[in-house]
Amino acid sequence: MQAVKYVRAASVQDAVRLLQDGGATARVLAGGTDVIVQARERRREIRLFVDVKHIKELIGVSYSARGGLTIGAATPCYQIYGDANVRQRYPTLVDASSVIGGTAIQGRASLGGNLCNSSPAGDGIPAMIVLEGVANIAGPGGERTVAIEQFCTGPGRNVLAAGEFVVSLHFPAPAAHSGARWMRFIPRNEMDIAVVNAASQLRFDGNRVSWARIALGAVAPTPLLVAEAAAAVVGKPLSDETIAAAAAAARSAATPIADMRGSIKQRKHLVGVFTERTLRGAAERAQGAQ
Amino acid sequence: MSHIVINTTINGEATEFLADERDSLLEALRERVGLTGAKEGCNNGNCGACAVILDGRLVNSCCVMAAEIEGSQITTVEGLAQRDHLSPLQQTFLEDAALQCGICTPGFLVASHALLAQNPDPTEHEVRFWLAGNLCRCTGYDKIVRAVLHTAEQMRKA
Ligand SMILES: Cc1cc2nc3c(=O)[nH]c(=O)nc-3n(C[C@H](O)[C@H](O)[C@H](O)COP(=O)(O)OP(=O)(O)OC[C@H]3O[C@@H](n4cnc5c(N)ncnc54)[C@H](O)[C@@H]3O)c2cc1C
Ligand code: FES
Ligand code: FES
Repeated sequence: MQAVKYVRAASVQDAVRLLQDGGATARVLAGGTDVIVQARERRREIRLFVDVKHIKELIGVSYSARGGLTIGAATPCYQIYGDANVRQRYPTLVDASSVIGGTAIQGRASLGGNLCNSSPAGDGIPAMIVLEGVANIAGPGGERTVAIEQFCTGPGRNVLAAGEFVVSLHFPAPAAHSGARWMRFIPRNEMDIAVVNAASQLRFDGNRVSWARIALGAVAPTPLLVAEAAAAVVGKPLSDETIAAAAAAARSAATPIADMRGSIKQRKHLVGVFTERTLRGAAERAQGAQ
Repeated sequence: MSHIVINTTINGEATEFLADERDSLLEALRERVGLTGAKEGCNNGNCGACAVILDGRLVNSCCVMAAEIEGSQITTVEGLAQRDHLSPLQQTFLEDAALQCGICTPGFLVASHALLAQNPDPTEHEVRFWLAGNLCRCTGYDKIVRAVLHTAEQMRKA
């Protein structure tokens, strides 16, 4: 392990100051399931861990019909998928948070950490995108919010400036007659990095799709919100034809690389398959919600 | 190298120890506290051999900094037995031959203990899903899964 120091931040302001003073080699420590391994394997130079888990805004889940859902950025996955409001109103977050690592990883790993690690394959990110999530950010210049789809800027890179960190994640209350679904493809049943992941949200007006969002992961330098795929299903009843059109649009938006997990051809194919499956899953959930 | 004092409760006993600030919880348990039950398999979160219970949650101790546990409660595999009496899980693992080389066993015991504490009647699927983060190169998992189900059954009868 590098000669890393550890400090507990007591408040949001305290964390901003510690991160600012620590400079480029200071890192936020949330669940540590990415960053401790990165520090040990010296994949990044890290001199200071700023533990944010003792800041009250960083841990916990709260919901109100008017305000929507707020999740402290460092809240561990088990607490997210164990929350009654999340289970009932945001099952898409359960889809993703219940398969990030195994039980012991879920005891620590957070969705804020998943987002800020900014892996193209981060499983939580497409789910948060289709739910219209935003990151509430604090920093030396005060607070700002960034939509999840605009947060990642490249593999391992994001919009956070020096001294900034994510305090919480916010999601609007689910719209009437809406449903969303997240899925991934991995060669094993669990405990693996996604070859492709995808999420869809659909809103219905009668039997017509009135609004849609489709997001993809592991097929571009950052997770993608694919507006052209969503446009292919909006304004009509959901049918084999509109789903096929959305899948084709998603395939053309994907620019995957080939690596040990999958070839370009396989990933493109899977994008189509998982666009279709998540659209059908979203429609099923919207039906159930009516 | 900078040293820090850590105050914590390990297996029910208040424990104070000196650690290197860059120690993981796994390194601190093994090298500073002398509890060598938790094993280092992968040191990157994938194998579960280092599993311990931290404030009621199953975690991999190689993915926790020792400094993070100040003020916390830890249960390691050493805390499962009551003095000379093995816990029901430990006894059943032995009787049902749920181990071969044994390097993965402390992790499986701690993880299974955490499962049965919150779900005394798990299905086979639930056991397999819960233990997905624990790797075993020897047993092929079947005997482990059966030993956990068997223990659950015995504990429900007791
Ligand atoms: C065995 C194993 C299996 C895994 N399986 C999966 C999987 O299936 N799917 C998946 O997507 N990931 C997986 N991961 C990766 C990891 O667990 C997740 O990305 C997790 O969500 C990271 O959250 P964390 O709280 O542990 O982040 P940390 O490790 O604490 O932080 C990750 C990064 O984000 C930064 N950061 C964290 N929180 C904030 C914040 N609030 N503000 C600013 N920066 C912040 C940190 O400085 C660091 O750079 C796995 C990891 C392991 C070890
Ligand atoms: S040694 Fe910690 S998970 Fe393998
Ligand atoms: S008994 Fe050898 S690894 Fe499990």
